[in-house]
Amino acid sequence: MLEIRNLVVKIADEDKQILNGLNLTVNDGEVAAIMGPNGSGKSTLSYVIAGKEDYEVLEGEILLNGENVLEMEADQRAAAGIFLAFQYPLEIPGVATMTFLKAAMNAQRKARGEAELLTPDFIKQVNAAADKLGIAKDMLRRPLNVGFSGGEKKRMEILQMALLSPSMCILDETDSGLDIDALRIVAEGVNALRDKSRGFLVITHYQRLLDHIVPDTVHVMSQGKIVRTGGKELALELEKSGYASYGEAA
Amino acid sequence: MAIVTPLKTAAEQQLAQQYADAKAELPGGPAVRKLREDAFAGFEAKGLPHRRLESWRYTDLRTLLREARPLADGVKATDAVKARLAALKLDGLRLVLVDGVFAAELSDLDGIPEGVSVQSLADALVSPREDLTRILSGPSVGADDTGLMLNTALMRDGVFVEIADGVELAKPVVIVSLSSGVEERSVFHRSAVLAGAESKATVVEVSETAGDAAQQINGAIVIETGDGSEIQHIRLVTRQAAASVQVQSLLATIGAQAKFDSFALVCNAGTVRQQHFVRYAGEHSEMGLRGVNLLGGSEHSDVTLVVDHEVPHGTSRELFKSIIGGEATGVFQGKVIVRPHAQKTDGGMKSNALLLNEGASMFNKPELEIFADDVVCGHGATVAQIDGDQLFYLMARGLPRPQAEALVLQAFAGEAAEFIADESVRELVMSEVEAWLAAREANSQVSTV
Repeated sequence: MLEIRNLVVKIADEDKQILNGLNLTVNDGEVAAIMGPNGSGKSTLSYVIAGKEDYEVLEGEILLNGENVLEMEADQRAAAGIFLAFQYPLEIPGVATMTFLKAAMNAQRKARGEAELLTPDFIKQVNAAADKLGIAKDMLRRPLNVGFSGGEKKRMEILQMALLSPSMCILDETDSGLDIDALRIVAEGVNALRDKSRGFLVITHYQRLLDHIVPDTVHVMSQGKIVRTGGKELALELEKSGYASYGEAA
Repeated sequence: MAIVTPLKTAAEQQLAQQYADAKAELPGGPAVRKLREDAFAGFEAKGLPHRRLESWRYTDLRTLLREARPLADGVKATDAVKARLAALKLDGLRLVLVDGVFAAELSDLDGIPEGVSVQSLADALVSPREDLTRILSGPSVGADDTGLMLNTALMRDGVFVEIADGVELAKPVVIVSLSSGVEERSVFHRSAVLAGAESKATVVEVSETAGDAAQQINGAIVIETGDGSEIQHIRLVTRQAAASVQVQSLLATIGAQAKFDSFALVCNAGTVRQQHFVRYAGEHSEMGLRGVNLLGGSEHSDVTLVVDHEVPHGTSRELFKSIIGGEATGVFQGKVIVRPHAQKTDGGMKSNALLLNEGASMFNKPELEIFADDVVCGHGATVAQIDGDQLFYLMARGLPRPQAEALVLQAFAGEAAEFIADESVRELVMSEVEAWLAAREANSQVSTV
């Protein structure tokens, strides 16, 4: 369970405050969507939960299963079960995707006191997960995300999510840059991971992603706060009425 | 303007005395003797290179060499030397120099492949071949370098390798130059590799010191590549005392329609100045100079190169990657000359440095001297920190910071080593890079505990 209480955050090197006392709870097994206008602080929220250093938390706490993650470095949060699917996955030239996947999986196992994966088991797991997402073997041999299309990058994020098996998945604008076919593949990948022990926080500007990943709850974020909460029908309402009443910048 | 005659430093006087004492016994016939005399006269007129010379601006040898150590005398095949040789896991034709002298008994002379001839430089210097002084002189763009002049005057030994036309070597020629490091000594060695037309080979040079004493090493290698040949030269400069000072010159002349690549890894090596002088002797050739410098502490690595496009249709690529921590200093000076008739030259030069902390520095000085009008030449130099977004991405997947940094740094360095064709050589290079990064990772974990 993820609990965020009265979170106040500013950009580290500036006076600009982005999150202004945000409260949010995502239960195990719940798929929560956050929708909101551009500039409302959605991506900042995802980065702060994952542990990016460019922000300063002025007040509040973020608890994962009762444990305050704000004391942890990003890698410790990952090992504790937080996974952020990036809006813009980074390209890492010179690092083969398979090398990276193995390093990530083993680093998390090590942090949890588990034995390293044996190479045959690792390859079996990756191949099975890649098949489901329609990821070609050739892509796994290439440097991580280098030269991947937008859709390939997002599929690679979901592959990592499947392999790392986190308890709290955050998807930051996962639909951006995807055509409808890629969107369907990605959504199917996410839906396959829905589980009563796993929570999802799906951040999106548009409703269309939520046609494919149907949320249990929808939160509207504006000016660094959750301003409204409802069921999945709230997303449809927003699609019709827009964010105007929530302070969408012109 | 008044002519200033520089006062002779202690080291310069010591070098003059050493040359006077040694010249009667240094190998070579009359032509070689004249070469030595001319070179030493050139050195005496100019003295040790210093920062007011543009090509030595960032590596002031006059200051660095407070005293010239005595010349190394004779092979000291200590247990430490033998242990280093045993530890070097690289298959190939192994030719060993110890303290600058060819050690036949430590070399693999039974394994010389057909079409390859090997002799010591000392033997080659007394041979009657007429082209010897031309070969030893190398490209003209290196002729007035005083570091090289000192090598020419005092070179004692090395290996002289000839690869016949059309010979393709499956395994590398490995020239291991070890200093015993029992005492502080200076070493002057030079080797030559003459690769025939249509030949194909990898030449590896390893420069290390087995013991703890700081060495002053002045090494040079002459490489001539025949028409249509494919030659790769890989140099590893490592395992030196922090106070050691080393000058390594590459004198390469490239035939027509040839491919020549040179790569150098510098790590844990004190102060190192590498200078590459390259000349295109024939058209339609491709040449690449690359390198990785891994620096920490107060280490200093200077890569200075002069590429002389003397003929049309030459392609040159330079790529140097530096990772610099501590108070260390990296230097890259690259000069590409395109002569007036060298049309259709295609040149690209890059130097990328990552500074790991404050106090580390990098000096980049790319220069293009283009006298032809139909050429494509470019250069780029960057100095940056590790990309914070890349680090965050890797950490968000569970990699602890030191491991995430090592992965990014390994990838950064690895780009310059990708072209190495011989897999065992490429693996050796990358294993040295990994070991350096692992040592750094271990240190950073200790300091955060």
